[in-house]
Amino acid sequence: MTAPALVVRDLSVSVGGSRVVDGVDLEVAAGETFALLGESGCGKSMTALALMRLLPPGGRVRSGSVRLDGEELLDLPEYAMRGVRGGRLGMIFQEPQTSLNPVLRVGDQIAEAARLHDPAADPRRRAVELLAAVGIPDPERRVREFPHQLSGGMKQRVMIAMALAGRPRLLIADEPTTALDVTIQAQVLDLLADLRRETGMAMMLITHDLGVVAESAGRLAIMYAGQILESAPVGAFFAAPAHPYGRMLLAALPTGERRGGHLAAIEGRVPSPDEALQGCRFAPRCPQAEARCHRQPPDWHPVGPGHRVRCHLWAQGGHGAHVDVPVAKGPGAEEGAAAPLLETQGLQVHFPIRKGLLKRVVGRVRAVDGIDLHLDAGRTLALVGESGCGKTTCGKALLQLIRPTGGRVLYRGRDLAALSGRALRPFRRELQIVFQDPFAAMNPRMLVGDIVAEGLVAQGLAKDRAERRARVAELLERVGIAPEAAARYPHEFSGGQRQRICIARALAVEPRLIVCDEPTSALDVSVQAQILNLLHDLQTGLGLAYLFITHDISVVAYLAHEVAVMYLGRIVERGRVEAVLAAPLHPYTRALLSAVPEPDPASRRQRIHLEGDMPSPADPPGGCHFHPRCPEADARCAREYPPLRTLSSGRVVACHHVPDG
Amino acid sequence: MMVVLWTDALLWLVFALGLGYGLYAARRPHLRAPWRRVVRSRTALAAAVVLAAYAVVGLLDSIHLRAGPRDQGPYAGEVVSLLDRLLTPLRVHQEKTYAAPFALHLYARETVQGPDGRPLRTWPRLRWAPEGVDEAHKAGHILRLALKGVLWGLMAWLAFWGLLAAALARVRRATFGGTARRLVRGGDPVPWPTLLGTAALVLVVAGVLAAWAPHYHVLGTDKVGEDVLYQALKSVRTGIVIGTLTTLVMLPAAILLGIAAGYFRGWVDDVIQYVYTTLSSIPGVLLIAAAVLMLQIYMSNHPGEFDSLVRRADLRLLFLCLILGITSWTTLCRLLRGETLKLRDQDYVQAAHAFGVAHFTIIARHILPNVLHIVLITLVLDFSGLVLAEAVLSYVNIGVDPTMNSWGNMINGARLELAREPMVWWSLAAAFLFMFGLVLAANLLSDVVQAAFDPRTRGARR
Repeated sequence: MTAPALVVRDLSVSVGGSRVVDGVDLEVAAGETFALLGESGCGKSMTALALMRLLPPGGRVRSGSVRLDGEELLDLPEYAMRGVRGGRLGMIFQEPQTSLNPVLRVGDQIAEAARLHDPAADPRRRAVELLAAVGIPDPERRVREFPHQLSGGMKQRVMIAMALAGRPRLLIADEPTTALDVTIQAQVLDLLADLRRETGMAMMLITHDLGVVAESAGRLAIMYAGQILESAPVGAFFAAPAHPYGRMLLAALPTGERRGGHLAAIEGRVPSPDEALQGCRFAPRCPQAEARCHRQPPDWHPVGPGHRVRCHLWAQGGHGAHVDVPVAKGPGAEEGAAAPLLETQGLQVHFPIRKGLLKRVVGRVRAVDGIDLHLDAGRTLALVGESGCGKTTCGKALLQLIRPTGGRVLYRGRDLAALSGRALRPFRRELQIVFQDPFAAMNPRMLVGDIVAEGLVAQGLAKDRAERRARVAELLERVGIAPEAAARYPHEFSGGQRQRICIARALAVEPRLIVCDEPTSALDVSVQAQILNLLHDLQTGLGLAYLFITHDISVVAYLAHEVAVMYLGRIVERGRVEAVLAAPLHPYTRALLSAVPEPDPASRRQRIHLEGDMPSPADPPGGCHFHPRCPEADARCAREYPPLRTLSSGRVVACHHVPDG
Repeated sequence: MMVVLWTDALLWLVFALGLGYGLYAARRPHLRAPWRRVVRSRTALAAAVVLAAYAVVGLLDSIHLRAGPRDQGPYAGEVVSLLDRLLTPLRVHQEKTYAAPFALHLYARETVQGPDGRPLRTWPRLRWAPEGVDEAHKAGHILRLALKGVLWGLMAWLAFWGLLAAALARVRRATFGGTARRLVRGGDPVPWPTLLGTAALVLVVAGVLAAWAPHYHVLGTDKVGEDVLYQALKSVRTGIVIGTLTTLVMLPAAILLGIAAGYFRGWVDDVIQYVYTTLSSIPGVLLIAAAVLMLQIYMSNHPGEFDSLVRRADLRLLFLCLILGITSWTTLCRLLRGETLKLRDQDYVQAAHAFGVAHFTIIARHILPNVLHIVLITLVLDFSGLVLAEAVLSYVNIGVDPTMNSWGNMINGARLELAREPMVWWSLAAAFLFMFGLVLAANLLSDVVQAAFDPRTRGARR
């Protein structure tokens, strides 16, 4: 191992009196990628900000040392630190949209960074060089563009270029790909890996995504409630995680093999930093916690080469290890042909683009452009696609929250799209929705009880107050929330609990179909498992049908029966989930699946690289929408849109290159 | 016999609405939390005490009685307010013309008969000057009265302190003595010492004024010899009426149209936007002048419909509020439309749609409670602006009735006297002082209220 570029010893940070980082030790060697893994609120971003000495107001470093190439950063005066920041120590942030100044040309922004840290070189030329280095085509032209002219992936590349301007020794990447789609995420991760190899810099990758860690890091440390619980080489960790928390995190991931069963959800949630904790931080949620775990903070224990853990179970130099993560095999959802519950025929949602003084329609955003779906009772159909492909719009159009501009939505044979507002009201009972962001999905001014009862009142399902209250209590219990919660306000609950309340609200009217619009993407892995388990139980218990809108392939593999892949407002492939995931036929599906990072470093597959971004649905390319990015495209693809064909295997696919049969 | 004027009824209605809102907010934590932040700010608490003093004056002035035939004096049969009764000495101590503050003699020289029968050109003694006090003894007399006033004020303050401590002790189930000590020493999150300090200041000033007023014209008299302090106190009600009723008048229209425009969009939005864009592009003063002049002509053509001067002036005041409201609702309407546009796409509104909840219910349950903070902020910010607007409008003679006491009328009447030699400054100074106190307190309070309620500034620590 080469000399460490960064050494952090016993770093403690407090913000407003609460200890958000508590005694963190880290080492990052030159040329290595070190991943700091943790759920939201565990202090990983605060650690990064403390390294940069960019703590928010009220935050301060209480103790510890941070050495970059042997130089103590915490003792530097601020003017010297300014030279280090963006110079030897670069950082890229999660949101590329907000990290660039919208009124300055990107070239000027990069040149500004270059001028500060590399006064010898011509900043303009350097900006072009840097843009070329981060793989932006035609950099000469791009330096003169403004941030809004670039796509999300491009902006993140520009951010990386700015961080590279100071030729950093260490690059801190704080969730660099969380805001990006999987295909773009794959591009950015590859770029970071290439840059690290070329420049020999050290990289610290902060993420919550186990898949990203497995694919791109060499070593990792798991952070929990301000402390590091385990640090290990990536291979050793994924082969045999030592800490119960790490083990449970891995077991909580939804995969195809776990379908039909329960995921190992970790009960409870990450403690907030102002809670005073004695003993092991994880003890309250740990199934193996002993009496001393609650009393006494554990020491570090070695597990293997470069692998150590902070857990009492390893105290005897031993095993501690083997724990069966409880995986209850529930009854698999029964197969069989049920009656078709919902069908769409050529569903279209077009938004007019108006321009000029008279607001004339000059074009249309084809958000949903002719979609045929078919969903049986008690089954789950997953609608998969990248952001902006129209999947959320499609879900809302099914519920008539956005009125379709064409096509039919047949619910048990009745066309919902043709019904007026009043005639639609009885059908509102049958179709419900659960939203992505549980924080925005509840009126902050209403009591939880009133929120859950909203559907009961609107549909006239509960005759009096007492009946309503009893029903609300029953619903809350069903989703695993204490009935006393009815008298509290939404802000008193955590994200996972809120999502449960949202599900209870949807269940109140006894729907047959629930549109789940990315219900777990705003949640942490351990909480996501709780919600997925709940959804699974509800389906087996109540025979609900789900339209599951998501971009997360692993959730699809776990939960869905059928899957439809959407690209730019149209379905490109549809079929049974096992078949589609095992053998994708459409080039886009193949690329999408290959870009998903697998939380298993052993199974590195050949990635299919997609160039560029998804085009705008206001101006889709002629012919096959996918042909500009498709590795297999030919002249015919540019000419005509391939029809959706049903293959003999029952798969439906829209591609000229897929043979029949 | 009680006489209920239009503005009396509406002002008390505002007061009742305020009380009702207080009770409503106290039971809802999301409303109680920002108010708690307001109450814990020392500036806000001090400003609130000052505003409360103004409010007491204004509300006392809004209970009108018709003086019965048994009442003596020139006011028999006239409509007077409770405040007028309390200020009877001030009201009836009319001089001939200008008198300076604390003067014993008129400000203008007159020819009077001297003791020897010869005409004498001199400054005649005021009708209501204290007996047996001459220039040499005046300072001592004033000081003795002031001491008496301070004593009264302190006694009132002690009573206030005791009542407050007793009430708090009851609520907290603590001892009276301990609570009383805590109130003065501080230590609670609510800065009680600030509250008590401001109250002491207000009460002592009131006590001293009360001690002086029967004997002297503390702020002098105006051209027709009316006491300026009395005028300034009477003007408080006019200011408060304009500041609150105007908002009350515009509130229903602004809320209804603003939310409707943002919620329904489409042609509803187009129509409402068109209306308020048109309205806000007409100069407000022009509209107000036209409306007030029309009312004046109507009133002079139909003298039979108004049984007293007070009613006439009152109607004009109400009309001014109406027209000010019509010209000022557009700002709030625009703000509400923007906020509603944002809210209608919130997931919880979408969820309500998915349940088939009716539009009106969605507006009442989901939209309105979430825009109320904007209404509140606009309300307190507008208040001081409207008080000042009244002064400006009265100055250009399209404000309240000339017979009604208002700071604008006082300034209007005093403006020419500034050019006199020697200058008559006290009318203007009194109007300025009272208006300044009210507007400053209102602005300080509204700053804190805005900081507490505005979600963008809520996170920022002060």
